[in-house]
Amino acid sequence: MIWGDLIERGCKWLSCAMRVVVMTIALSLGTSVMEAYAEVSQPVFPSARGEQCVEPVDIMRRDHFEFLKHQRDKTVREGIRTPRHSLAGCIDCHVDKDAQGRFVPVNAKGQFCQSCHVYAAVKIDCFSCHAARPSERVSQSP
Amino acid sequence: MDMKNSSPASPRRTFFTQASAGVALLALAPGVRLVDLALARAQDEPASAAQRWGLLVDVDRCVSGCDACVSACNTEHGLGDSERPQTDAQWIRKVDLVDHNTGHQLSLPLMCQHCEEPPCVDVCPTGASFRRADGIVLVDKHTCIGCRYCMMACPYKARSFIHEDLTGQKTHAPRGKGVVESCTLCVHRVDRDESPACVEACTDAGREALVFGDINDRNDPLATQLAETTTRELRADLKLNTAVRYRGL
Amino acid sequence: MMKSAYFQSVSSSRGYWLISAIAGVITLAGLIGAEHMESAGHWVTGMSNQVVWGVPHVFAIFLIVAASGALNTASIASVFARDDYKPLARLSALLAIALLSGGLAVLVLDLGRPDRLIVAMTHYNFKSIFAWNIFLYIGFMFIVGIYLWMMFEPRMNRFTARVGTAAFIWRLVLTTGTGSIFGFLVAREAFDSAVMAPLFIVMSLSFGTALTLLIGMLIFWINGATMDPALAQKLRRLLGFFVIGVAYLVAVDHLTKLYVTGHHQLEQFVLVDGGIYTLLFWGVQILLGTVVPAILLLLPRFCQRGYLIAAALLVVVGALTQVYVLIIGGQVFPLELFPGYSVTSTFYDGVIADYTPSLAELALGMGGMGLAVLVTLIGIRILPFVPVQMTGENQD
Repeated sequence: MIWGDLIERGCKWLSCAMRVVVMTIALSLGTSVMEAYAEVSQPVFPSARGEQCVEPVDIMRRDHFEFLKHQRDKTVREGIRTPRHSLAGCIDCHVDKDAQGRFVPVNAKGQFCQSCHVYAAVKIDCFSCHAARPSERVSQSP
Repeated sequence: MDMKNSSPASPRRTFFTQASAGVALLALAPGVRLVDLALARAQDEPASAAQRWGLLVDVDRCVSGCDACVSACNTEHGLGDSERPQTDAQWIRKVDLVDHNTGHQLSLPLMCQHCEEPPCVDVCPTGASFRRADGIVLVDKHTCIGCRYCMMACPYKARSFIHEDLTGQKTHAPRGKGVVESCTLCVHRVDRDESPACVEACTDAGREALVFGDINDRNDPLATQLAETTTRELRADLKLNTAVRYRGL
Repeated sequence: MMKSAYFQSVSSSRGYWLISAIAGVITLAGLIGAEHMESAGHWVTGMSNQVVWGVPHVFAIFLIVAASGALNTASIASVFARDDYKPLARLSALLAIALLSGGLAVLVLDLGRPDRLIVAMTHYNFKSIFAWNIFLYIGFMFIVGIYLWMMFEPRMNRFTARVGTAAFIWRLVLTTGTGSIFGFLVAREAFDSAVMAPLFIVMSLSFGTALTLLIGMLIFWINGATMDPALAQKLRRLLGFFVIGVAYLVAVDHLTKLYVTGHHQLEQFVLVDGGIYTLLFWGVQILLGTVVPAILLLLPRFCQRGYLIAAALLVVVGALTQVYVLIIGGQVFPLELFPGYSVTSTFYDGVIADYTPSLAELALGMGGMGLAVLVTLIGIRILPFVPVQMTGENQD
């Protein structure tokens, strides 16, 4: 019976202590998350060629995936190959070159696609299949 | 599968702001289009059933040991060699035949036959495998889930599955792990009024065993040859009405 | 007469946790195998451009076919009004759901792009039997779920027969659909046959009954009880007849193909000089998986429980082998494009293809079985699926 009491008191103590520990961890994690969140900078990436994009910037930010998705179906299924919303077209303007003059993959760290997508925490699947650099044959001169 | 490499800005701006060798290419492309407008379709028009692209293989001109068509296709589409031939993609392959009874030997290229009634299109659960209006059978790799049922269904074993991560793809030939692909009849070239890479390579090699053209156009050299010489489909018993025909088999 | 008090959920015991742990480990191994296959790509498996469906599909098809047949016991009870099968009706329905989940999990995880499952659920080509099967499989889960509800809820018991009939018909359509995956392939000599659909239906009855017996007896063993001997004998005879049924349709398939000159090379490969495939066909599928179990199940002198378990196990082994010979054997045999010619190419035309299953594939396939057992074990613990006599308690 005495053992029963002791075990009961021990359990109560344990659950109390556990609550304290969990709260501490949660609070410290939360604070550090909030601190980290406050430190996230806006996306920074090399500027593109040309004077302006094919659509206004605010429309592009909201709807670029819709343009790409609609265009891809038109291109693949119907063979309509207008350059305006084509992925290859985006890459041609937005790709950057490194110090040696070679194209840097447009989805590499710090480059056009990746910087915004990391910020927005949206994973993209384009470049498992699509070339992230213009092919030599179709490359634009700078 | 976008290949039109001109910048998204208007053609006029592109034309005037470019100043290097690339200009010649760009200037030519619109020029070529304007001249052929009557015969070809414009880039912003959909493919139509008025055309049916096809291929004629002249088996008598095809030589065992020559694989110009295969090399051209591999280069055009960036098909690599991973030293695992059982899982490497092959969009076109050379097949060597020996007659059991007579010992007669033949060689011919075999690729997707671009059937009019493709079994691969019938069985695809998501509709990723489809036949374009102008007859080219393609895989929409955005929708393909990699189930490989089309590979089971194809009577010609034309399809390949991509078994590993890929890098360095060509802009005009997107391909990636986990989806199925096959000969596209160089759709990116056809849409620019060029002929497939294999056909060009065979011509360049001096054999001219491959003829490409529009089966529906009676004035087209391909259509003329199909009408005037004896050709056949592979597995004609299946009644798939393939766009690829063979002469001399 | 059936009272709901006749069933109860199973309480935990050492045997229960042991089997759960084993099933859990097997399922985990399957998940690890699937992850490896997806991240590295299918080159790490034995599958290739020649053999595109490997061991995972063998297990998946086995589980899906068995799932349909596992519902048979419940169907006999509800649809054919045989009360003596009622004790196993609820468990039979649970097994159907569990086995189907296991099979579907393996199928989805073997896709080249399993992350595109949403695409598969939202884009349908209704000429494809695969697309129909997606509806048939999901619909089966729903119907069996409702069937279970009818069985569990006393006020709904009067609808059990009707829902059971719907489930029975759905199950026949589903299994026809599964067989037609192969039957509709004009390109492949081994598959292109209308006999695939009825063959799969009889296979489902055989595989499902064997697994119902095995898993049922496993649950008895966990609870220190035994199945009602009369019921066990009835299932024993049923299984025996189903095994003969499968053998009959396999024989019809091969005899018909043997009659056709064009198919002689294929039949020669499967029946005579196909190496491992011939060995598996005659030695395992026919001898160990059909002849021996038929003897053990149908002859009166082998009526003891031990023989029944052995026979059911052999049926399962024979079943997996049959699906293996069908799917893999059917793919390694080359397509006949140029009759009269011998063919060589860089794309393995004209030759028997190689296939060696990899560890990842075996793990994934077994993982599906593990998942099915896990789902069953979880189910019997949380809801009263198991008849009281199975739990070793006193019967009145």
